[in-house]
Amino acid sequence: MLLKVENLTKIFESGFIRIRSLKAVDNVSFTINEGEVVSIVGESGSGKSTLAKMILRLLPPTSGRILYKGKDIWKDFKSSSDLKNYWREVHAVFQDPYSSFNPYVQVNRVLYQALKLIGINPKSEEGKRLIEESLTRVGLNPSDVLGKYPHQLSGGQRQRLMIARNWIIKPKLLIADEAVSMIDASMRGTIIKLLLEMRDVLGTSIIFITHDIGLAYHISDRILVMYRGKLIEEDTPDDIINNPKHEYTMKLIKSVPLLYKKWTFD
Amino acid sequence: MSHLLKLENVRAYYVIKNRSSIKEVKAVDDVSLTLDESEIVGIVGESGCGKSTLTNVILMNIKPPLKFISGKVILWKDGKPIELNKLSRDRLKKEIWGREISIIPQFAMNALVPTYKVRRIITDIYKSHYETNSDEEYILNMAAKRFKELGLPEKVLNMYPFELSGGMKQRVIIAIATLMNPKLLVADEPTSALDVITQKMVLKTLLDIYHKGFIKSIIFVSHDIATVRQIATRLVVMYAGKIIEDGPVEEIISNPMHPYTKYLIRSVLTPERTTKRGEIVTVPGFPPDLSNPPSGCRFHPRCSYKRSRCLSDEPHMLKVNDKHYVACWLYS
Repeated sequence: MLLKVENLTKIFESGFIRIRSLKAVDNVSFTINEGEVVSIVGESGSGKSTLAKMILRLLPPTSGRILYKGKDIWKDFKSSSDLKNYWREVHAVFQDPYSSFNPYVQVNRVLYQALKLIGINPKSEEGKRLIEESLTRVGLNPSDVLGKYPHQLSGGQRQRLMIARNWIIKPKLLIADEAVSMIDASMRGTIIKLLLEMRDVLGTSIIFITHDIGLAYHISDRILVMYRGKLIEEDTPDDIINNPKHEYTMKLIKSVPLLYKKWTFD
Repeated sequence: MSHLLKLENVRAYYVIKNRSSIKEVKAVDDVSLTLDESEIVGIVGESGCGKSTLTNVILMNIKPPLKFISGKVILWKDGKPIELNKLSRDRLKKEIWGREISIIPQFAMNALVPTYKVRRIITDIYKSHYETNSDEEYILNMAAKRFKELGLPEKVLNMYPFELSGGMKQRVIIAIATLMNPKLLVADEPTSALDVITQKMVLKTLLDIYHKGFIKSIIFVSHDIATVRQIATRLVVMYAGKIIEDGPVEEIISNPMHPYTKYLIRSVLTPERTTKRGEIVTVPGFPPDLSNPPSGCRFHPRCSYKRSRCLSDEPHMLKVNDKHYVACWLYS
């Protein structure tokens, strides 16, 4: 077992005098095994991204624990090197390939940062080799992208760059938060293949966060369905699609546009 | 069935001038399309294929660097054809936009001014596009009536855009765009930023305004063929600035002719028994650079069926049957 989430809850409070609270994540527990691809599916506002941020250690939970290799990521990390180490092993690809980049800085920087994280000088021979290797991995020609600014690249190219970064770091756990929702439908397959290749070659576990249960069906070993902060169903893709137990899961499945069947809009 | 819109050999290029050179990006290149009343046309293709540029051409909303090079854009108004490409921007704004053709641009819902209430946005738009001195009460009554007909709560008028969910915002946009009952509504990726459940709601709203007769026809632009097919009656496939296949939705889905359409359909990831789980098909290669498109058939560098002819000669639209057309040398 690589990751274990136990009774995780996040409550957001807003307001000054009359405090309103919102349970974004409500008592969620699950585990991720090594080399496993797990999808977390739910509509906007169901708490998927909040959950991802907590696992990435970007947002502290209100209660509950996240255990990575048996260690509580919020309590058991004593030094900054523990934390750095955690981010070396748990990495993410986010939804918007436009806002993941600083528009004023050449895209090389995202790769340099990755190299620095694993302690390699980007200017060294090894650094150059790793950059070249990772870019070729994701189907980018180094001379096409290096030295460019973000606006000179397409959305697909930018998302590939973010994946190339992961090929440098070689994390144990990759969190892909809506990584393909802003990518063209015809390009999605390519990006997904690149992510799955990380599992096949490096044995990376992947948490795939998406609102599209159709996508989840094609790529995961297991699907978790979230609704209003709660985990309401967990099963294999075939069982979820063919035999959904929760009413909301049925609604989700019905809302996925199918190619060979037209909706009735009742 | 009466014609509504006709594009004849339209070319619209982005002209980008540098100090030393002039670059032309051929985003819409020799496109012809006839649209009849009561059709719902889905235009599909990958990013950068010219879909959005085509929507601007349909409205003749041409602003630099986009340049209308040649061709005709004809709209039928009260049974008479008008050449939109000959009208001034002022006349288009007064007589055509909003009244005859309306557009929901991509990311329109992000354009709602956050500090104005929905009512102010509506009266502002109405006054700037239609009658400058109309009575606000009258406009708001009309909007309230339309909101009711589309199942939107009337209180939305008194809310700020940030208080609305994504689906609600998009439905407000649809209501605003069709307030004057235009004949044709052009919707550019209206559901792309929404999750699947909201997406279905927005599609239903689009169909509602169509079935209630507020609009006569819809052009729905999207990269997602599975979404488009839910409401479209006809599918137009674009590749690299050209239309490569055109026909009834059911027919193209079950019998795609052009190799690109075949790839496009097989690359869709939907939970269906017909699409095998885990089998991910992708279009090989990359979209071409439209400032220097490939010779002959523009798809030939990525096509696995290519013949020598495809490299040199451009394929013309071939008739497969009464309604189905394809531009590919495989079928001639």
